[in-house]
Amino acid sequence: MTDLFSKFDPIIAQRAGLLATGITDPFGLVMEQVISPTVALCNGRETILLGTYNYMGMTFDPDVLAAGKQALDDFGAGTTGSRCLNGTYSPHKDCEEALKTFYGMDHAMVFSTGYQANLGIISTIAGKGDYIILDIDSHASIWDGCKMGDAEVVPFKHNDIDAMEKRLKRIPEGAGKLVILEGVYSMLGDIAPLKEMIAIAKRHGAMVLVDEAHSMGFIGPNGRGVAEDQGCLDDVDFVIGTFSKSVGTVGGFCVSNHPKFEIMRLVCRPYVFTASLPPSVVATAATSIRKLMHAADKRAHLWANSRTLHQGLRDLGFQLGTAEPVSAIISVIMPDLERGAAMWEALLHEGLYVNLARPPATPAGMTLLRCSLCAMHTAEQVQTIIGMFERAGKKIGII
Amino acid sequence: MDRAATAEKIAALIAPFNKKGIAVTDATSFAGDLEFDSLTVMDFVAEIEDAFDIIISMNQQAEIETYGQLVDAVVKLQG
Repeated sequence: MTDLFSKFDPIIAQRAGLLATGITDPFGLVMEQVISPTVALCNGRETILLGTYNYMGMTFDPDVLAAGKQALDDFGAGTTGSRCLNGTYSPHKDCEEALKTFYGMDHAMVFSTGYQANLGIISTIAGKGDYIILDIDSHASIWDGCKMGDAEVVPFKHNDIDAMEKRLKRIPEGAGKLVILEGVYSMLGDIAPLKEMIAIAKRHGAMVLVDEAHSMGFIGPNGRGVAEDQGCLDDVDFVIGTFSKSVGTVGGFCVSNHPKFEIMRLVCRPYVFTASLPPSVVATAATSIRKLMHAADKRAHLWANSRTLHQGLRDLGFQLGTAEPVSAIISVIMPDLERGAAMWEALLHEGLYVNLARPPATPAGMTLLRCSLCAMHTAEQVQTIIGMFERAGKKIGII
Repeated sequence: MDRAATAEKIAALIAPFNKKGIAVTDATSFAGDLEFDSLTVMDFVAEIEDAFDIIISMNQQAEIETYGQLVDAVVKLQG
């Protein structure tokens, strides 16, 4: 018998080798208690959270919690059904109304996760004979959506406008075309030149899908994302987003002005063949989305945090993923996995949680310590974080 | 462009990626013999696409394992 698990032997060996050095498992962290959007108890130690995507700190918002508790009482713990059978309750429709208002778009469709939103929309709209042109650094959910569908998949070099245009030009006359971009690329925290790229995509007759998972709530005048910020949201055919970042709960969505969009509810398999979100989850999401429309002060504070941390880490001599702070993600580039894991552990001992990111999630085989800031981090916490990085970086010998 | 000319042009493009300088034949595999990882494949495919002004989609790439198969595919894609 061939052991089907033998294909995992290289990663099992790499993991065993790393843990044999006595290091804490970077992928086995448990939070015993969550004190606030920015602080949790990990291994009995109070730990500042700097790797949670909780950009706008909505997870403990009193109005959000109250809405969820009310929905639990009124509608129960779960729907036990698909959105297109018995799984659509009034809170699901209300949540979609909140999204339509937030983005100023005609249609909104809520999925059970952001992963499923990409999987569902991409695999359904791009079919046999169509072409998907996408950035090579796209999120796993985008790649999996491509793999699940029957379209021809054509990647281009990250954020390379010319590489994208060259490929668009070579697509056979008359074929359907879908260009897939992200507003913020979550590994390095860099943003896409959406205005230029979308203009070119439109010139070549392509439809455009933009994943704004890491920009919703704080990029753009109304927090609609990078496309809004660059003044090209009207040219985006499909915006994909998530509730598991700024919104502070779980779930995914697609908003669109396409006149036939509603048919997706019947033909999109990752929407049809899974249970809908619990009513309490969509109720918290709807409340949070509506509050995010009026969060200009929090947005300003989050940007201040991002600038302070970026400057502080750069001054200490760390190599960062972007030359300037352009999102709420500050990515610190590590020399290799071993020292990255050691640095991660040293920070945890200091009382700071960041994400350790490694290939294949990262571009160009990099090991990264990814910091995602929260609008609820105080200015003092950001200074504390910079001090922790300094001590840990010197201990591990990275700076 | 005929097969011989296409093969010659591709061989020239492989050279900078052929770190161990192995002799390339039609049976030479990219993953096994030339030890291309996924990042190298991406850069290499982009060079081939630009050199011949074609698209080799991921779907088509999945069918190409050897130098000979790549030459055949590029000849076909040039129409």
